[in-house]
This record gives sequence, structure tokens and C-alpha cells, in this order.
Amino acid sequence: MIRVVLPTHLRRLAQVGGEVQLEVQGQATQQSVLDALEESYPMLRGTIRDQVSHQRRAFIRFFACEQDVSLEPPDQPLPDAVASGAEPLLVIGAMAGGMMGS
Amino acid sequence: MSGVRVLVGTKKGAFVLTSDGKRQGWEVDGPHFGGWEMYHIKGSPADPNRLYASQSTGWFGQLIQRSNDGGKTWEPVGNKFVYEGEPGTHKYYDGTSRPFEFKRVWHLEPSLTDPDTVYAGVEDAAIFRSTDGGSSWHELPGLRQHQTAPDWAPGAGGMCLHTIIQDPKNPRRLFAAISAAGAFRSDDAGETWQPINRGLHSQGIPDPDAPVGHCVHRIALHPSRPNVLFMQKHWDVMRTDDAGGSWREISGNLPTDFGFPIDVHAHEPETIYVVPIKSDSEHYPPDGKLRVYRSRSGGDEWEPLTKGLPQRDVYLNVLRDAMSVDSLDPCGIYFGTSGGQVYASADAGDSWTPIVRDLPAVLSVEVQTLP
Repeated sequence: MIRVVLPTHLRRLAQVGGEVQLEVQGQATQQSVLDALEESYPMLRGTIRDQVSHQRRAFIRFFACEQDVSLEPPDQPLPDAVASGAEPLLVIGAMAGGMMGS
Repeated sequence: MSGVRVLVGTKKGAFVLTSDGKRQGWEVDGPHFGGWEMYHIKGSPADPNRLYASQSTGWFGQLIQRSNDGGKTWEPVGNKFVYEGEPGTHKYYDGTSRPFEFKRVWHLEPSLTDPDTVYAGVEDAAIFRSTDGGSSWHELPGLRQHQTAPDWAPGAGGMCLHTIIQDPKNPRRLFAAISAAGAFRSDDAGETWQPINRGLHSQGIPDPDAPVGHCVHRIALHPSRPNVLFMQKHWDVMRTDDAGGSWREISGNLPTDFGFPIDVHAHEPETIYVVPIKSDSEHYPPDGKLRVYRSRSGGDEWEPLTKGLPQRDVYLNVLRDAMSVDSLDPCGIYFGTSGGQVYASADAGDSWTPIVRDLPAVLSVEVQTLP
């Protein structure tokens, strides 16, 4: 069981309260976790990564075990603690509060 | 009793404002999608309870929301916007060529006849259509693949396709406008397009009379006369009487002919409204006065409408999609500001009252007249 913590806006969009728990087939990687997440919550397609290229959106970050793993290859295994469910994978909206006149 | 529903898109959510036919007391519902930029919300003319909304942020990209109950509840639908074939290139601000890249949906235009059909105008400029209630989107690529597209360049707000108009008398005719490429018309239901910019004159481009390159801000028509179009260009208010074959300037005695929205009275095809803005570098009304200008002669002669609008210390803007008219009698006019006010007139502009004063910056205003 993989645990994923979504940012507030995406929790509301997916209509989930706290963490999301996912069954991931095979090795736990960014790609396999996001595949499972989007399979369970199709409304999240396009909000974390591009729907065609699967490229991570510019202002999304992935944190795991107090490390920023955003720039790791999508098929690289996530830390064992995430794969075992001991630690969650955090999906973060980057701090960019001043962008676009917000 | 008839009523109205005003759909307001803001930089931080959507609001639904409702009133009866008197349009004096209002209920305010929202924010829906708090914190998200709501570029546009519009209802289906064929089913007023079917609404479509464009929801986006820089973080999470584009979503499309659909309501089947007049905005009480919403569901996310399809948000996959992929250009057909090779994206091609357009000019960037610095004159270099860049590939077309989808950024967001600026405008949603539901079909006049089918609640499940809706058009989307997007940045980088292209037009998409859904025929399944927004679940899937397919580009009408003839516009983006027009031979002039490699020369299109963005306006200050991005290279957006912001206006889509269906000809109510000819279902195969569509109009679209792009900042800063100009106006286009299709006579074959969106398959092919031609620029309709003859008569436009823009000093900000190398050839002021070029076939494309004009920063058209908004186009409007009256359904009874779809060959007559009114345009607010970056500078200049324009009119065509032959569906874009040629345009002539009708700025007349306006204090400034820069602005964004333009709209037409529901029952008087020669009565039009604009909100003059001081200049392209000073996006607020001249003299600190919020004035809507009305022409009852199809342009050239304009009168300021000020009753109920603040006439000092006003330094806000009214964006291109932020004005709308209802079809009650007398005709109601609505507009929203970058300061978060939504003003309504229940007497065709003679007098105004704010429905709300302190919303986030308003991006769009659409009104539905309800049976």
C-alpha cells in the first residue's frame, strides 16, 4: 500500500479527505504511483503531469523521506519507506505565491 | 416569474448571482472552486441548467467543469487539449518562432442548439470542440493551420483565442478572434477559416494595414443581424456590415477608444456599449471615472453612463469577457471589474448598482435570462 498526500486543491478536486492509499503493481516509482493515482482518481489527470508527455508540471514537486525527488527519473524506484507505506509520497504545489499577480 | 443568473469568473473562484426579473435583490452563491482562476463560465442556450466553466491555475493546469443544475453542483469533465497533427510555430514576443503549446482555455461557447456541444478558445490560439458535454475535446485545426499562423504573435495577455461567435442564422458560420492575430470567419462549420481584418489599422505592427497581426479585444453581434459585427480593438472601436468583409471605425466622440469589452443591447441592434480605458499602458478609466459609454446609433455618437457608478478615484479595469446583457425588457447590462465589483443596470445602462463589491478580480461575466 502506497500512501500519497495531495495538496489541498487536488484533495478537493478528488474529493478525498486525508491521505490517498493506492495499490501499485510492480515497483513503486513516480510513474507507477501516478499511474495508479490517476486510475483511481481520473479527475487528477493533467493536474500533476502532462496527459500526453507525462512530464511533471513545472510547479509540482515530489517529496519523499524529507528528500526532493522531483528531478529523479520517473521510473526510478522510490525510497523503501515509501514503497512499504511507512512514509507517504508528498505531492507539493511549489511555493510561488506571487506568480501571476496572485 | 422570469429571472436572471449571472455567472462570474474571478481570479480566485466562481460566483453565481441570481435575481428575479426586477433585478433589485440578489443572492450570491460562491466561491465555487475557491483559489482557482475561473477564466470563463457560460450556460447553454439550449438548456440553461447546463453550464461549462474553465478552471485553471499555474500549478495544476487546466480543468473543465460542467454543471447540470444551474451551478449548484459541478463535475470535472475532460481536460485533454491536444493540437491535431504538427503543432506548428508562431511568433513570440521577441520575434523568434515558437511551437504552439496549450496553456489554458480562455473562453467557452456552448452551442446555440445542442447542450452537449461546446467550443473552447484556447491559448496558444486554437479552437476546440466537444460534442459529448465536455468529456472529450477535438481541435478544429483549420484555424491554427492557416497559412498566416506562423506570423501570429501574442498580445500582452498571451496568444489567446478569446472570442467565438456562432451565427444564429447560419449554423455553418463561426467567427473567432485572437490577440494579437485578428478576427477570422469560417463558412464551413470551422473546417477552414479566413482572416477578416480589412479596414483595421494598428500602428503597433510594422504594416498597420496587414491582413493579420491586429490585437482584437472583443467582437459582438446582435442575433437578428449577424452580418453586423462590433469590435473593440486594442485601440479603435470598429464596425462591419458585411460579416467582416470590411471594417470602419466608429470611435466617434469616445474619450479614448482603448478598451476591452463591447456588447449589444438585447432588443436594439444599433445600441452598443463599451468601457473606455485610458491607454494600453494605463489600464484604468480616464479621469478616475468609471463610465460605460452607450451608442444608440451603431457607433460614432456616444453618451457616458454614470448614474450609480463611482466618478472619482477609480483605477480599475474591465476585461474583455466581463460584460454581458440579459434579454429582459428593459434590457439588463452587467459588468465586472478588476477591483471585484459586479455592476448591474436593469434599465439598459441608464442607472447602475453594484451587486457585489469585494470579489476577487473579475475575469468574466455572463448572464442567463431564465424562464
